[in-house]
This record gives sequence, C-alpha cells and structure tokens, in this order.
Amino acid sequence: MVSNAAPSPAPAGEDRTRALLTPDRIWQLLDTVPDPEIPVISLVDLGIIRAVDLDGDKVVVTVTPTYSGCPATRVINEDILACLHANGIENARVNTRLSPAWTTDWISEKGRAALLEYGIAPPQPKGIPEACPRCGGHSLEVVAQFGSTPCKALWRCNDCLEPFDYFKCI
Amino acid sequence: MTGNVMAVECNTLFNWLLRLGDNTLVLSHRVSQWCGHAPVLEEDIALANTALDLIGQTQMWLNLAGEVEGKGRDADTLAYLRDAWDFRNLLLVERPNGDFGHTMMRQFLFDAWQNVLLNRLKDSTDPRVADIAEKAAKEAAYHLERSRGTVIALGDGTEESHARMQAALDALWDYVGEMFLDDQVDRAIADAGVGPLPSNLRDEWDGIVGAALNEATLTRPDSDFAQTGGKTGRHTEDLGYILAEMQFLQRAYPGATW
Repeated sequence: MVSNAAPSPAPAGEDRTRALLTPDRIWQLLDTVPDPEIPVISLVDLGIIRAVDLDGDKVVVTVTPTYSGCPATRVINEDILACLHANGIENARVNTRLSPAWTTDWISEKGRAALLEYGIAPPQPKGIPEACPRCGGHSLEVVAQFGSTPCKALWRCNDCLEPFDYFKCI
Repeated sequence: MTGNVMAVECNTLFNWLLRLGDNTLVLSHRVSQWCGHAPVLEEDIALANTALDLIGQTQMWLNLAGEVEGKGRDADTLAYLRDAWDFRNLLLVERPNGDFGHTMMRQFLFDAWQNVLLNRLKDSTDPRVADIAEKAAKEAAYHLERSRGTVIALGDGTEESHARMQAALDALWDYVGEMFLDDQVDRAIADAGVGPLPSNLRDEWDGIVGAALNEATLTRPDSDFAQTGGKTGRHTEDLGYILAEMQFLQRAYPGATW
C-alpha cells in the first residue's frame, strides 16, 4: 500500500512539514489509498473516511466500517497509517465511528464509475443493478444475495450470460 | 455517560450486553460450521457472510460489555475465556444445525426477532447502544430478507422440503418463547430506556413470522411451552461442544496471538 501512496514534496524540516499539513492535503493522501479488496477505488471514494481532524501536528482520521465484520477493516486502518507515515506524518491515529452508519450512498461518482469499469455493478437505490457491467444488458437475474466479499452480491446477465458482482445497496 | 445510563447498575448493563453479544457469537459459530458443507456454493458463501456479520456485531457488543464492566476484559477475553455458565445467549442459537432447512428456519426465527429488537435499540438512551444497533440493523435486515425468502421457498417447495421445514419449525418452537421473557435485568434496562422489554417485541415478531409461515404453507405450532435458562447461564449440553471447539486455541495456548 505504501508504494501506492502519492509522494509528497520532501519536507525540509519540522516547520516545513507542519506548514504543509492541512486537512485538504490529508484528504488527497487518503484518496491514494485503495480499498484492500476492491483496489480500483480509494477509501475516500468508498465514503468510509468521515472526518480528518488536525490538532497541531496530530492527525486523527475518522473511519466508519462498511460491514461490522468486514475483515478488511483492520487492513484499512493499517493502510491509512502506512500512507501517512510514508508521507512524513508520524503523529496519526485512526478513530472508528459507527453512527451515522455507512451507506452506499456515500460512494463517490468517481468511485461508482471505477467500480463499473472494473466489472462491478454500482449500488442502485432500487436495490438491484441497473445494467450488466460487461455488455450493458438489462435482462438480469440474481444468483446469490451474498458474494465474494460482505459488500457484494452475485448476479447474472441473461444477454451475455456472464455472471457479475453487484455492490449491495445498504 | 448520560444520567439515564447511570440509572442502570453497571453489572445489570454488563449482563444485558452479554446477552446481545453472546447471541450473535454463538449463532455465528453455529452458522460458520456450514462453511465448506452447504448444499450449493452460493448458500455456503451466504452462510459464511452471515456468520461474518454476526461476528462483527459480537465484537461491538462484547467490547462495550467489557468497557462497561471496567475490569479490562475485551471481546476476545469474553468470548474465549468464559465457560458455559457465564454465557447469556438464548437456547435457540445453540441448537444444533440439523439439515440446511433446519438451519435456515432457526436463522429466520432469530433474524425476525433481531430486526424488531435492533430497530427499538436505535432509540436507546445509551448512545453507545444506539450506535451499534443502527449499524447492526442494516445487516440484520439483509439477513432477514434472505432467511425469510429461503423459508418460504422451501416451505412452499417440494413435498420433501415442506416436510423438513415443518419438522424444523416444530422442533425449534419450544425455543421461541425465551426470546420474549422478561426478567429483572430486562426490567431494569427497560426502566432506564436503554432497551425494550422483550415481551413488547412479540406482536411485531408474530406479524413478521406469521405472514412468512402463511406464505410458506407451514403451520404455526399450537403451543406456548418455552424452554428457558440461557439468559441466566443454564444451557443445553450443545453449548459445551461449541465452546470446546471455539475456545480450544486460547485454552491450550493462553494468550496466543496472530
């Protein structure tokens, strides 16, 4: 994950680092951290970064879990700290917030487009995928309400006959 | 915390939180026993995902229980280092899996109850409880959608599947009543507005379950008899086997970590 982080301008000294440290800068860095299970979208695109707080040189990133038992949660926290450390931000902490509970409405437009491009149908308010991510077909059927990760269900397109992942709408 | 929460004795709140966390912990372990054994791959994955959600909810409830107790125990300590008489789960969730239909019937009876309960807990006077409930309710709603659909499909399926689902319902019915029994702990929790009285959940549960059983062409057993004891630590022998498997590593190698 560290290698995926965008390089920051080399800090010349402590004062310089402090001067560079803004919430916007942290958000930009976090937008380079991929979701461990769906690496085409960033943690920011996934909508799980709820706040970035700066207190002097201390950074607190507030994260909300997608699913309470998602095994990626711990990896995500470690990836966030690794990214910040790689960019010279040592004094960082990850805070978990449960409420308001994560909703797929928080996935960004950029994230939805990346999911589709990757072959995962993005979540829809109706609770079912809009179109086959491969051929765009609309004749779709559910294969299973659960899929390869807690956040996905398995669907099939009756036009191209390919199965595909659908990002569950919660 | 808030004045309302202070109104509940720590030990009472601790015991009540153990009930919530032990229900999801024991059911999670039961459901996870299907991993690699379910009739088809999709069902195997669905059961494993359900178990995963329940484990996540367990971590939230038992970590809060440990925090409330204030003796330095966390979810892992509570899960791995208590013996059967200290578990506070409903007897329903420790019942053996039986066949796939039996497992799904148990899941449905529990999911319906958990949905009604969690939706009430969202209004808890204890914000920590309300936050967990808000998170868990979304997962529980998805579980109910699936278990309800499976119960209906199998109940209103073939002669064989119908007979198996009716047998599962009949066998599990004695364990339904415990979900709606009020005791001293429940009353103290309800008085403080932290959670609802279990008996107040019955009507809504009856509505959900009754409608599904009708659609599934299954007959609701005509009995009010209830096996009880789980909420106060008197369990069936089945729990012992679950704990023997679940706790083996920490018992044999105390303090082992990844």
